[in-house]
Amino acid sequence: MTDLAWIDAALTSARPQAVAALLRYFRDLDTAEEAYQEACLRALKTWPEKGPPRDAASWLIMVGRNAALDDVRKRSRNTALPEDELVDNEEIEVDLADRLDNANYRDDVLRLLFVCVHPELPATQQIALALRIVSGLTVKEIARAFLVSEAAMEQRITRAKARIAAADVPFATPGAVERSERLGAVAAMIYLLFTEGYSASGGEAHIRQPLCDEAIRLARLLLRLFPSEPEIMGLTALCLLQHARTPARLDAKGEIVLLEEQDRGKWDRDMIAEGLALLDKSIRHRQPGPYQVQAALAAVHAQAATPAETDWSAIDGLYATLENLQPSPVVTLNRAVAVSKIKGAAAALAMIEPLAKPLAGYFHFHGLRGGLLLQLGQAEEARRAFDRAIGLAHTPAEAAHIRQHLDRLQKDSAA
Amino acid sequence: MLYAILCYHDEGLVESWTKEEDAAVLAKRHVAVNKLRDQGKLGPVVRLMPTTAATSIRNGKEQLVLDGPFAETKEQLLGLYIVDCESLDEVLEAARIMGQGESGTFEIRPLKLMWPDSRPEDRRKSAQS
Repeated sequence: MTDLAWIDAALTSARPQAVAALLRYFRDLDTAEEAYQEACLRALKTWPEKGPPRDAASWLIMVGRNAALDDVRKRSRNTALPEDELVDNEEIEVDLADRLDNANYRDDVLRLLFVCVHPELPATQQIALALRIVSGLTVKEIARAFLVSEAAMEQRITRAKARIAAADVPFATPGAVERSERLGAVAAMIYLLFTEGYSASGGEAHIRQPLCDEAIRLARLLLRLFPSEPEIMGLTALCLLQHARTPARLDAKGEIVLLEEQDRGKWDRDMIAEGLALLDKSIRHRQPGPYQVQAALAAVHAQAATPAETDWSAIDGLYATLENLQPSPVVTLNRAVAVSKIKGAAAALAMIEPLAKPLAGYFHFHGLRGGLLLQLGQAEEARRAFDRAIGLAHTPAEAAHIRQHLDRLQKDSAA
Repeated sequence: MLYAILCYHDEGLVESWTKEEDAAVLAKRHVAVNKLRDQGKLGPVVRLMPTTAATSIRNGKEQLVLDGPFAETKEQLLGLYIVDCESLDEVLEAARIMGQGESGTFEIRPLKLMWPDSRPEDRRKSAQS
């Protein structure tokens, strides 16, 4: 690896902790970011020659803090200070060993993430802000991932920051309840970031998939800070188990391949193994939550060598748990798929009839209903359901899947 | 004599490497590792999963199961067992019994096997003593 690549990785890795500590110190996001930028510039100057410091984050915090303080002094005196005093790595590390308060570090990083999930900000702005502030992606990179112009993204991020600046950032050490609320909000943002990347298809996929990697990196960061939180284990496992399918999820044209049609040999076994290990850890806590259950669902699929070997009764049980934890018509609809495999189409159809109203505009509802009716030999009703579905399809792959059924119906009725 | 080469590094940093950078580091090492393999001197090679996947048992009067890796610095890494179990519970059960009446800590880390033992049979036997 070149010096530059090495330093770049070190800066990326140290960024959340460094910016978070500088935010606590200056209580202003812009000042904290500028201080961090300045520290990075100095790192690029001194690290190639002296070698990287053992604790990069501490080095950046101390150098950034001093640089920002110098800047304040310079402005107040309006006189120039001697240019760029040499920074000595070792001196700073010795200095820091005493001063850095590790107990604060955890809440610092959580605060930095929490600042981004301000409830007044729309979800996409929360994600964009986290990518800018916590992950340190450039505005250009974020704009690309969100498929908007750089100018538009710049404006969005500036507005989001202004909104945060106007709000009160909580600097007091949070209590247990507050901490757990913050953790929940931050976890939701990380999962949203993941799904932004994961839902991409077509020509956008290779541009947006790095969002998944970044979400996993943030989830692991959060888990290192809160190692005993089963839902954070579940979140990390869920992202890993889903992302493991990425190599098999898109066809040559970039369209989404449905789960049962994916080449399971292409699934990333290392990610699956890590996801399963984390899920196993979380289950020991006996505190089920939506992320753990969803991870467990993904795990059932990951462990089936072929679609036919899927343990549908496990899936049925897990969706029943999820219905209790987080009731929603979509969860019931998904459960009905498992029920159709275990108890047959009629039972599943009875289960989804009450969902007709809440899911009237939902592609998958009409698609599943059509499939069940077809199995029961009600061709005309099935055709009508498929027609509804095709009108609601979001992607060519969804539409193509339904068209296959319609074509078959056509052929059968002609025969 | 059997030796272990234990790899320590900043985990956050390694996770910030791109796949290509990670692969480049391993490829660089493989020059030396391949030589050992060709000489029949390479045992199993494993990569530990991230510390976030770790669980620890602190031995003592009462055994305590903790999420996360072993974090004390006053104790040293003195040995390791590689076991093939169905679940974390199964490993914990075995480790609990192993550690009864001891002090110290066991850290349980899921592994990714990078290479199986590639030593020839006779070498494996003679190295066991």
